[in-house]
Amino acid sequence: MPAPGVALPTDASNPWVSWDYVSTHVPELLAAGREHVLLTVASVALALVVAFPLAVLVRRYRVLTAAVLTVSGVLYTIPALALISLLWPVFGLSPVTVVLALALYALLVVLRNTVVGLDEVDPAVVDAARGMGMGRRAILWRVELPLALPTILAGIRIATVSTVGLVTIGALVGYGGFGGLILSGFQQNFWHAQIFTATLGCVLLATVFEVLLHWVQHRTAPWARAGAR
Amino acid sequence: MGAGWGPLMGVGAWLTDPANWSGPNGIPVRTWQQIIMSLLAMAIALAIALPLGLLLGHLRRGTLVATNISNVGRAVPTLAVLIIVASIPAVGVGDAAAVLALAVFAIPPLVTNTFTGMASIDPELQDAGSGMGMGRRQRVLRIEVPLATPLIAAGIRTTSVQVVATASLAALVGGGGLGRYVVDGFALQDTTLIVAGALLTALLAVVAEGVLALLERAATPRGLRQRPAQARAIADTVG
Repeated sequence: MPAPGVALPTDASNPWVSWDYVSTHVPELLAAGREHVLLTVASVALALVVAFPLAVLVRRYRVLTAAVLTVSGVLYTIPALALISLLWPVFGLSPVTVVLALALYALLVVLRNTVVGLDEVDPAVVDAARGMGMGRRAILWRVELPLALPTILAGIRIATVSTVGLVTIGALVGYGGFGGLILSGFQQNFWHAQIFTATLGCVLLATVFEVLLHWVQHRTAPWARAGAR
Repeated sequence: MGAGWGPLMGVGAWLTDPANWSGPNGIPVRTWQQIIMSLLAMAIALAIALPLGLLLGHLRRGTLVATNISNVGRAVPTLAVLIIVASIPAVGVGDAAAVLALAVFAIPPLVTNTFTGMASIDPELQDAGSGMGMGRRQRVLRIEVPLATPLIAAGIRTTSVQVVATASLAALVGGGGLGRYVVDGFALQDTTLIVAGALLTALLAVVAEGVLALLERAATPRGLRQRPAQARAIADTVG
């Protein structure tokens, strides 16, 4: 927090867009970007590892569906600031605190889209597969999962882009990627160039993930109209 | 590793200490600050997003922008918007910056949902309205807006819950609200304060979700109410 009474720099000496800032801070920006990507990928990957078995389990035992979706819905409502703070006493100022918190958010999106995607598979197709002599496992892996893939991938894409934004809150415990630069730029008497450059970095990362995952989603479902979901 | 769960024994004591329930830094005042910031931000956002979404949706213009603006919004971190707004000398640090930033953050999903609600109405219903002698104004007010209400209400609910949750970040730019306890707790290395503040922040968000779900139900015309527990895929539109 800047001390009260500290004069704000004038706009002339404190530009928002500054090539000078970028060219003299390449190592810091690269390190922040690398941390941002690693935190995002780790969080979404952890969410996926938990969400898939959970989705299959929830579909097998229907009584669990409402319970699991409600619990993950409540977790999703908890503000990132609170969730990170609640994990902090256990995991401390470490990337684990941030990754666990963000994985919980990504979990709801991926889980819900996986369950719904699997449910939306035409029962006639599943019947046909059963008639061809496929077992439950073969139906899941070779019929249901491929057909549900566009919806699942849409969930992964939305979860990933949201996570890129949420990573910034990790700055609270010292692991926030570009968020660290944004917060320290603010604490260093409103250093506009650093705040703005780091924000652009976030937006750029989110855009790259969005475009990349959109492409993957489209590739896996050539029959689905682009942008249908 | 963190401080461990030891200091957490103090959280219950902190939460029940009458001293923490009065004064300008008391729990009621901090809760109220967060609610007021959220209400003001939603009022500003609705005043801009609703007319825009209704108009564009009615005219079915600007589909690309209206449906993608919430995607773009999602890519910009709230923390960044908050700090950029607070860095504008005319705004400065404090609650005003948080209200403006939250409004900026709430506009895109509101526009997208309102637009989608209006634009997805079957055009034949408008024809039917015309056939019954309704003018454009009547068709909008008596056919389109009521039919779009479920999606608009869902958008308002989801966005409001996010705004209440995000308002906890106001403390990072010198504002009030329950986030104050968390941010002060980190500054003072006071685990009790951090955890108590985080619990209160989480509780407020969950309560807001419940209250708004009831309000959404009340605002939706009876015939259009869906059975609950119908899980839907999370698509690019909210709600």
